[in-house]
Amino acid sequence: MSLAVYLHWPYCVSKCPYCDFNSHVREGVKLEPWHESLPAAITAQRQWLESRGYEFKPVTSIFFGGGTPSLMPSKLVETLIDRVAREFTLASDAEITLEANPNSVEAEKFKAFAAAGVNRVSIGVQSFEADGLKFLGRAHSQGEAMKAIELAQAIFPRVSFDLIYGLPDQSVADWQAQMARALQMGTDHLSLYQLTIEQGTAFASAYGRGDFVMPSPELAADLYEATEAATAAAGIKAYEVSNYARVGQESRHNLAYWNYDDYLGIGPGAHGRVSLPQKHATRQEKLPETWLKSNLALNGGNCEVTAISRSDQFAETLMMGLRLVKGIDRARFTRDMGMDIDQIIPTDRLNNLVEENYLLVTPEQFALTLSGRLRLNLILDYLLEGSRI
Amino acid sequence: MSDLSLIRNFSIIAHIDHGKSTLADRIIHACGGLSDREMREQVLDSMDIERERGITIKAQTVRLSYKAKDGKTYILNLMDTPGHVDFAYEVSRSLAACEGSLLVVDASQGVEAQTLANVYQAMDNNHEIIPILNKIDLPSAEPERIKQQIEDVIGIDASEAVLVSAKTGLGIPDVLEALVKRLPPPVGEESEPLQALLIDSWYDAYLGVVILVRVKHGRIGVGLKMKLMSTGAVHPIDRVGVFTPKPVNVDSLGPGDVGFITAGIRHVADCAVGDTITDEKRQASAPLAGFKPSVPVVFCGLFPTDAANFEHLRESLAKLRLNDASFQFEPESSAALGFGFRCGFLGLLHLDIVQERLEREFDLDLVTTAPSVIYRMVQTNGEVLEIHNPADMPDLVKIDHIEEPWIKATILVPDDYLGAILALCQERRGEQVDLTYAGNRAMLTYLLPLNEVVFDFYDRLKSTSRGYASFDYQLDKYREGDLVKLQILVNAEPVDALSTLVHRGQAEARGRVLCLKLKDLIPPQLFQIAIQAAIGGRVIARESVRAMRKDVLAKCYGGDISRKRKLLDKQKEGKKRMRQFGKVEIPQSAFIAAFKTGGDS
Repeated sequence: MSLAVYLHWPYCVSKCPYCDFNSHVREGVKLEPWHESLPAAITAQRQWLESRGYEFKPVTSIFFGGGTPSLMPSKLVETLIDRVAREFTLASDAEITLEANPNSVEAEKFKAFAAAGVNRVSIGVQSFEADGLKFLGRAHSQGEAMKAIELAQAIFPRVSFDLIYGLPDQSVADWQAQMARALQMGTDHLSLYQLTIEQGTAFASAYGRGDFVMPSPELAADLYEATEAATAAAGIKAYEVSNYARVGQESRHNLAYWNYDDYLGIGPGAHGRVSLPQKHATRQEKLPETWLKSNLALNGGNCEVTAISRSDQFAETLMMGLRLVKGIDRARFTRDMGMDIDQIIPTDRLNNLVEENYLLVTPEQFALTLSGRLRLNLILDYLLEGSRI
Repeated sequence: MSDLSLIRNFSIIAHIDHGKSTLADRIIHACGGLSDREMREQVLDSMDIERERGITIKAQTVRLSYKAKDGKTYILNLMDTPGHVDFAYEVSRSLAACEGSLLVVDASQGVEAQTLANVYQAMDNNHEIIPILNKIDLPSAEPERIKQQIEDVIGIDASEAVLVSAKTGLGIPDVLEALVKRLPPPVGEESEPLQALLIDSWYDAYLGVVILVRVKHGRIGVGLKMKLMSTGAVHPIDRVGVFTPKPVNVDSLGPGDVGFITAGIRHVADCAVGDTITDEKRQASAPLAGFKPSVPVVFCGLFPTDAANFEHLRESLAKLRLNDASFQFEPESSAALGFGFRCGFLGLLHLDIVQERLEREFDLDLVTTAPSVIYRMVQTNGEVLEIHNPADMPDLVKIDHIEEPWIKATILVPDDYLGAILALCQERRGEQVDLTYAGNRAMLTYLLPLNEVVFDFYDRLKSTSRGYASFDYQLDKYREGDLVKLQILVNAEPVDALSTLVHRGQAEARGRVLCLKLKDLIPPQLFQIAIQAAIGGRVIARESVRAMRKDVLAKCYGGDISRKRKLLDKQKEGKKRMRQFGKVEIPQSAFIAAFKTGGDS
């Protein structure tokens, strides 16, 4: 078992129309309070876990997410990494990722982040086409995106970038051409997301008004399968629903979520999952201004700590684990839940899924096929409804 | 004591939209029944639905006073009657309460099928009939042609037809003069035992049941103990009155009079239209002729779209029945649609009206299953079972043969559309009885199985003739039919509410339509869904809904977990209204939609 640490930087230069993350646009953010509170929040988490008799494990990954964490001063990033190392045991090969926007990238700053200890960046490119970038409300150009990737690749050992596909009017051929450009960038890791209309976003209102049409499930499935084929041919294979990597280059931090390992969530709106030893969910204040005023002595700064019931733990394990191509490790599942997975899910439901070629069951793994992953929501529904827990 | 020679009782016969209600309003106005201020358009059609559809559902009367050119003042009792075939019996009772009729015909459009049926009924009641050509002010009016048509089609003298425009008031004095001059006064003996015809009854929240009567002989007054001759029930009369059209109390009603009574009666169902009222102390020797209880002929299931509204539906049906004893209901449960009621109606329009009133006045959202008729299952042991729900069909081996009701239909249609209408009747197993022409219009008489008519016949008739065909029918007799039970199977399990009895020759086409419709309406699920139409064990049509191809969240990281799990929980909530078919669950809404879209396409 390992421990992953997530740190949230809540500010952006502008809000993207598709984004439902906890990001805020503010004029003249004062940095001093953050220099003080964020490191203190790390310490508070450690103290709180200690008070709850937490069995500490080495920290194998730190992830700076946002918002736009590349807007953080490198000094602050350095302080935070140091603080994690001081309060916990930071594994010598820990993966330390920072999310960056192509337009907030400068060579000097990249070098400073690297010097601070960041060894992996994830760049929010989103599209290599001018139309796509415009639709997605991104502030950078194609050229800037390519430059940012090249610069990052020269400075950091590991570089990933994100693209969004399934945009209105995008054909399979359009997307294949764009993927070809992405794969030429010589990356080892890609996150390729189909556009989702999230509630409360600018896209949700525009879509509601009928400003644009989303691809049909049929086209969405074709796009997905084309993605799977193109990446596999380039040796960057799917390891999760929307993540592709060369073997060994998977995001260790994100794997912690999908494997349902423990992770800490520090910063505005950050969520965590910790075993006390029962799984507990933690959540911090969402609004940056409120978060800065939160009482760090209370629950380590978590505004809410909730025990997760066995049935919810089962649901979350399935929800996250079945996203992975390798699926759920059955021995690990039995250890965590105290029951075999096929004791919980009725045999006929499992057989129906296997027969349909949605599910692969081996003595070690419990995993979905490609066509199963494409229908994950329905399968979760089917499994959870039939389960006896 | 009133002088019978100064009373005229009349009704107005007209096709929908030919201006019956407007004419009635004009007559009331001309006789000072209502002031300008009180005058509302179509005073008589008091229900919203009546006013909107331009139809009359309940019979109503107005007593008017008219000073004629001969210097005498006459009492005119105007009876407004339902104009539709579904209420043919109510119409016949209303007509039986009068001595004459105004036949209103649109001076451009001419005679329609429903008008015909009602005119013939009036003639059966020995009515003197005064033809009125309405909408004479329109440029398209052709009074001479329409007069000729009335003579050709109906066979009455139309040379003295009165030309009016109910809209402008033109010709209204001529109508009033014609009424007193051409219609006979009522006949009756006040000294004889009381005989009064029950024309209609309705429930009033303050007065209880109000009964509309026409006195034939004797006198009816407050305090009299009235006896309903069909049931023997006795009630003391507490109120007698007339409508002017406002209700006005009077002491009594004598021969020839039309008015209302109340007698502390709680249920409309106890006051059957056509019954005879007499005096318990001095009873008439025999009831008036022609009484028959109304019997539903068309049945269907009514289900609330939202299962939570079942009780509300039950209460609403009970309330409606307070005022309309002619429809029946009993609880029914369906695996696909949940709990609802099996209801019986006098006809398709009646069904439509009840459904619409439930939705409008009681704010219910309803699902109506395919209408059915009453089938006679003649069993091998000779016993006859009457069923109107395919779900109640007995074991096939016990059935010797099935009989179904046929109707005699009259269709009037411009000859441009005749071919299409003939094809439609043929397709619906019709047998042509007669085909005659009146001008450029054909009058068709067909024998048709009623079950072919309840299945969207009327809609098809209207669409194939662009609305020009008019249609009327009367029940004929039961005939043996090659009928089979068509079942729809979803993943090999029958969907009860979709079962129908159809003619063998049409089973396959009907089955295919239903399969296709369901295919469009059932949302793709995790597994492929097989939809089949079958007769007995034999599958005659099939379709399939392919599995949903993609449904997965693109992003799910540490911060999303709780929110996404709640999303899943919500999905589970929605599942409460799902029905299991094999390994898939199908939302009830798909079946509901299958009924809502109705008909074939």
